Amino acid sequence: MRRRLPFSPWHLLLMPLALIFVLPLVQMVLTSFMTTQEINQFPPRFIPTSIHLEGYRTLLAESHIVRWFANTVLVSAIAVVSHLVLCSLAGYGFARLRFAGRGVAFLAIVATVMIPIQLLMIPTYLMFARAGIVDTLAAAFVPWLASAFGIFLMRQFFLGLPVELEEAARLDGCGALRTFVSVVLPLARPALATLAVFTLLSSWNDLLWPLVAISDDTKYTLQVGLASFQGTRRTEWSQLMAGNVIATMPLIIAFLVAQRRFIATMTFTGLKG
Amino acid sequence: MALTFAATPRTHQDVAPRARGRRGRALRRNLTGWGFAGPATLLVVGLSLFPAVWAFFISRTKWNGIAPATGVGWRNYERIVQDPDAAAAAQHTLVLTVLFVPGSILLGMLIAVALNQKIRFIGFYRTCIFVPYVASAAATGILASFVFNPQFGAANEALRRLGLPTQQFLENPSQALLVICLIALWGEVGFCAVVYLAALQDIPKELVEAAVVDGASRWRVFRHITLPELRPVTVFVAIWQTITAMQLFDLIYTTTRGGPMNSTQTVVYYIYELAFQTQRLGYGAAVAYLLFAVTMLLTLVVIWYSRRSGSEAF
Repeated sequence: MRRRLPFSPWHLLLMPLALIFVLPLVQMVLTSFMTTQEINQFPPRFIPTSIHLEGYRTLLAESHIVRWFANTVLVSAIAVVSHLVLCSLAGYGFARLRFAGRGVAFLAIVATVMIPIQLLMIPTYLMFARAGIVDTLAAAFVPWLASAFGIFLMRQFFLGLPVELEEAARLDGCGALRTFVSVVLPLARPALATLAVFTLLSSWNDLLWPLVAISDDTKYTLQVGLASFQGTRRTEWSQLMAGNVIATMPLIIAFLVAQRRFIATMTFTGLKG
Repeated sequence: MALTFAATPRTHQDVAPRARGRRGRALRRNLTGWGFAGPATLLVVGLSLFPAVWAFFISRTKWNGIAPATGVGWRNYERIVQDPDAAAAAQHTLVLTVLFVPGSILLGMLIAVALNQKIRFIGFYRTCIFVPYVASAAATGILASFVFNPQFGAANEALRRLGLPTQQFLENPSQALLVICLIALWGEVGFCAVVYLAALQDIPKELVEAAVVDGASRWRVFRHITLPELRPVTVFVAIWQTITAMQLFDLIYTTTRGGPMNSTQTVVYYIYELAFQTQRLGYGAAVAYLLFAVTMLLTLVVIWYSRRSGSEAF
């Protein structure tokens, strides 16, 4: 018989891995509370001597970070709400209702999935310029109002629901909208949660599109703001880390609070559809 | 489905005048359908299919976005072949994809198997490994340029403690792409692990138990039962991560901005520079179209291969 370790050997793999994944984030938080002198010390120190708010103060005073934060919250909120409403409606339409042009419309949506954003950003920028919304927050959220992924996800979910309940509601005289709102939607919570989480993550974290569409620094989202701030202060690490903390902590805290649901949601991704 | 629209007695229909008859009902049905599907369809198609077609016309012009465009036919596409920058960018994207995709499949699977053990602290481990996925790639890039800073970064400090030579990391043209790939894995592998973990937990327990009763070793159970069961998920992860790798932009923007000496300039970054830094819209659109074609081809190959080998994920 083999000699047994007092603990499972899997810990020997998982412990170092967990540290590799989490220590950089811990260092990010700790560094945001250091002074520049502390950061430039040699050998580098990991823990600040005491909590210094210098980085945060300078960041607040010399950038529009509060504005960027508000902009990002607004863009993400619009993205999530609009996704939930429009994609669930469309998903239901494609799954359950019969209408002329349904097949063609759905095919067109599926066809768009493969198109990379890099191909779209040039004409989309031109389109938005003609519509006069370049450099406004609208430019940041309009592409997030609905997505092929969202429609597809919801359609798959609705296809998997038993039809009987809806038929019963119809027989009781409910119209399509009423059936949808009061019978179908309450059943769709897991799918809606997945859609909300994915939309929140990707709209909050997006850099490329707002970088292209917005150049007025009061209209930046957090990611664009951070990137531009980084461009001008490559070595002001306490400020950069403070910005990073402000930009990432809301989602990280949300994740820590609702962890179980969050992970359940991630695995729901159309995989089982 | 036909049942729903059969002439069953429905109260609200009695209110409508009978004279409208079948045509009226068809109209109503179409209006309802489009009322549901129309807004989202219009947005998605209007913001992708329409621009995609427009991009094709732009790709056949020489245009700086201000002066009128001049048509140049297929010349932009011909130029890509002779463009050393495009070739270098394609090579960097290829290297990145070839390292990143198998890396995330292997690491994701390994981590998922580890996280599937019933041991203490497993919830804590899961949290730690998944957290980086929630952080934005832009923030990750800024954090990484701190950690990999050659003078006072933690990475070099770790090497020093281990008695190994320190490195230039992101400032060394022959290391930068590799370091970016590592950072991307750090940020994305949590997602793969979670997807694999869910798949592992879906494998029927009887299958594994039967094999163990028959005297199969742990490795053989994994090789002959677990691995085949994970195939559809692997196809999904492979496609998802290929797209992620080929479209990697944010991380490069906040670490190296394509440098040093263009060593991390990927196709996507090159398109961004062409279109929005040097205002060569026509040429940029042509490169983007080529990227699109290659992505599509790759995806189709993966799907075709997975269909042929009988592990359908799509």
